Order: sequence, then structure tokens, then C-alpha cells
Amino acid sequence: MIRLEVKKRLHGTSGDFTLEAELEVKEEDFLVVFGPSGSGKTTLLRMIAGLEKPDEGYIEVKGKVWFDAKRGINLPPQKRDVGFVFQDYALFPNMSVFENIAFGMKKKDKDKIMELLRTAGMENLANRKPTSLSGGQKQRVALLRAMAREPSILLLDEPLSALDHQTAQVFREEIKNFHKNYRITTIMVSHNKEDAFKLANRVMYLLEGKVLAEGTPKEVFFSRRSSPKFSLNALLLEKNYTDVVCVLTLAIGAELVQVVVDKDTADDLSVGDTLLVSTKAFVPVVRKIHSPHLKT
Amino acid sequence: MSELDFLPFWLTLKLAFWTTLILLIIGIPLSYYLAYTKHRINTLLEAIVSLPLVLPPTVLGFYLLLLFNKKGFLGYLWYKLFGKQLVFHFEGIVLASIIYSMPMMIHPLTAGFKSIPKNLIEASWTLGKSKLKTLLMVILPNMKASILTGLTLSFAHTVGEFGVVLMVGGSIEGETKVVSIAIYDAVDKLDYSTAHLYAFILLGFSMFALLTLYILNRRWSIS
Repeated sequence: MIRLEVKKRLHGTSGDFTLEAELEVKEEDFLVVFGPSGSGKTTLLRMIAGLEKPDEGYIEVKGKVWFDAKRGINLPPQKRDVGFVFQDYALFPNMSVFENIAFGMKKKDKDKIMELLRTAGMENLANRKPTSLSGGQKQRVALLRAMAREPSILLLDEPLSALDHQTAQVFREEIKNFHKNYRITTIMVSHNKEDAFKLANRVMYLLEGKVLAEGTPKEVFFSRRSSPKFSLNALLLEKNYTDVVCVLTLAIGAELVQVVVDKDTADDLSVGDTLLVSTKAFVPVVRKIHSPHLKT
Repeated sequence: MSELDFLPFWLTLKLAFWTTLILLIIGIPLSYYLAYTKHRINTLLEAIVSLPLVLPPTVLGFYLLLLFNKKGFLGYLWYKLFGKQLVFHFEGIVLASIIYSMPMMIHPLTAGFKSIPKNLIEASWTLGKSKLKTLLMVILPNMKASILTGLTLSFAHTVGEFGVVLMVGGSIEGETKVVSIAIYDAVDKLDYSTAHLYAFILLGFSMFALLTLYILNRRWSIS
């Protein structure tokens, strides 16, 4: 179980903003932190790893406090027991594939390294130097190196973004299998919806440092709140319950509109409320009613 | 022609060896600090380290002479500790050479530290390795070329120094009379054949050292 609540002032390319995140990740969860670049995703990951310090808040992993601003606790990365996979691999060029993986192991275990390499289909590359590997192979080694430590959490920072589409596709499946087999709680940062859908059981949507939505991939990506195609402000004039649904009469601008919602939603609303009505799934009908351009 | 005296060569090599070794030992932590911290004092430190590049050796030698003599701060301390003067002694010219050749070691090492991608260092930290272990197992092995450059340049620069050694050490046989000074002495005594020989050997050595450096650097940067 990971519990976290952090705040940090960030200097983004489009001005300063505050990263504010609250998070609970259960054992064996696969959380994808989703959002466009520059929204603070990587910073969040780096704060968990201890590579960056939040301004406020706390981070607690498996009952151990890793960071607490109030109590002045800030464990260095060495003591945090994470497996971190960097976007551009960060393999040590002076070491072979085997040595790279062995480097971070708590107990050096040759058989385990070979087993990991076998699962990734790379046992014949054990003595190669990273420079002679392809991008996909490098990222595999980086993942194996992080896994070999048997960390409390695995942190993946856009591990697929440097790979071409096809390689990414294959590697995504491998990540999925690794997670299924080794069941390490994983947090992955990505700006790719495919990652979120294929890998995550939970998704956190981060935009400009704020959590926009959190939940299962379906909840997050199909919820009307998080990514409406268009949304309108409306004033609720009347509620009419009929069986299981409720017809709302709304004033949107100068127009009167009736929409249907389920009873539970309607129960939370009362006449006079201002509502946000948004739609995404339906193709609106567009017809020209007036044109200021004269025909010649 | 009188028999060639190899003592100045021996002394030069001994001086360059100790200077380089000590410079490496102080150079690694100092360059590490300069490369990885952002402090206002760094600018001042960098300027001080680079001073020997622009100062005439005689100016540097003059101030070191003031500092190293029996009444100078360092000379006094040394005398109290070891019962020996710094000026006109081998230890004195080693100390002077360290200061004189400092930029030759610090500049390549600082550049080397800066060339290591930050995420390699961070990866090592997240893999549980302390800063010292990261330095020894990740950073230094990946900047071999910079270390070699620092070693070669410091060694060659010390072999080639003249002004500072002359100011601090004078020309004492077997103690401070290094090759460059022996050449000067020989020319002074119109003993051109000795000067020729010394000069030629020094030229050959310096050429060899630099060639080796460039060949090795080339090989390491390709692999």
C-alpha cells in the first residue's frame, strides 16, 4: 500500500504551476499516471523515488514513511527500495548486460539474473555492452535491472516513448506479463492512452499539476467530466421523475432544453442549481439557419 | 663531450610523478564539487584554479617564494613540522608544481564529471548505491578519457615547467635542478651539446606522451 500527498511548485515551459497530488495505490496495483508532457507526471515519480523533494506532504510505502515534510523525514533514494526505469534507459556503459542487472541486486544471485534474462529472451546477450543493443533491448535490460532488486515499487518513466511503435507494442505486452508474474506494485508515467488501457488497473489523469480524474481506465477516459467534447452551463428549472429516470428541464442560454438522467444523479440536484452539461458520444446535428454571405 | 648526467631527468620524473599523483587525489573531490554543486563560491574557485594559466610563472613563483620561505606562513609551518625549509628543497617544488599544474588536472576532470549523464548517477542511487560507490563504480569508470587527459597533461606540464621551479627551488643539484633548469644552466655555460641532448630528449618525451594520449582518447571515444 502506497499513500502519498504532495505539493510542489514547478517551473513549467508555460509558466509556473503547483503540482498537487493525492494517491493511494494498493498492493500489486498497476497505476498509470497519464497526462500531456509538462503536467508534472515525471516529477511525481521522481518525488516517490527520492530524486526530488516535495515542498509539502508525505509519502508512505508499506507502512514506512519515506517523506514527511512536517516531521522533517526525507529518506535518500538509496534507502527507498524502488526500481526506477528511466525514459532513456540509463544503463551503465562500462558494464555488461549481466553486470548492469547484478549492480542493484540486494543479494547477488547469478541464477536469478539468468532466469530474468531468459524470460526476456536475452540470455545470449548477457556479456554484451549496452552500446551494442537496440533500443528495445536496452529498455528490457533497464526493466530487468530494476526488477532484479525486488523493490517495494516499480517506477516506470515513459519506458515506451523512446521506442518505435512496433517495438513498443511488443514491450508493452512484456511489461504486462512481468507484472502478472512478479506482482510488483507498479507506477508508470505515460502520455499514451494505449499504455493506460492495456496495462493499468488504475489511472490517474494529471493536467498542469492537478489530478483531473482517477479510477479505472474506463472511468477516467469515458467519464464526461474528464474529457468533454463540449460542455454548457445550464440552470435547472424543473425535475420530473418517471420510473427509473428523471427528466430535467434546463435553461441553456436563451434556450429551454430537456434532458434525461438517472435517478441517482437527479437526487443530488435541486431546482435553481447551475449545472455543467457536456456531451461527447453523440454526433450533434449541424444545420445552417442563417448566412450573412450574399450569393452572387 | 662530458658524460651525460641523468640526475636532472630522474628528478624531473620524480617531481612529475608526485605532482600528478597528489593532483589526482585532490582533483577528484575538488572537480566533483565544482561539477555537481551550484554555489557562488564555485566561480571564485574556478578563477583561482585557472590563475596559473594566465599568470607569468615568475609572478606565481614570486608569491610562492614569499609564502614558502622560513618567515612565510606555509614555510614557517613546514619548518616547525618537519624541521626543513620548503624553498630550495624538493618538497617545495612539488608543492609549487601542484599549484602550477592544477588547471591541467581540474579542467579535464570537471569536464569529465559534467559529461556523465545525470540519470546514470540517479539510476545508481535508486539501485541502492551510496554516493561514494556511485563515484567509484559508475562515474569514474565512465570518464576514463578525462582522467587520462588530466594525468597526461599534469605530468607533461610539470615536466615542462621552468619559471616556478626556478623561483622556488633555484638550481640545486639532485634536489631542485630539473631538466628544464639543467638546459638553462648548460646554455648559460655555453655547453650547447648537453643542452641539445637534454632538449631533444625532453621534446621526444613530450611528443610521445601527447601522442599516446590522443591515440588512447580516440580509441576510448569510439568504443
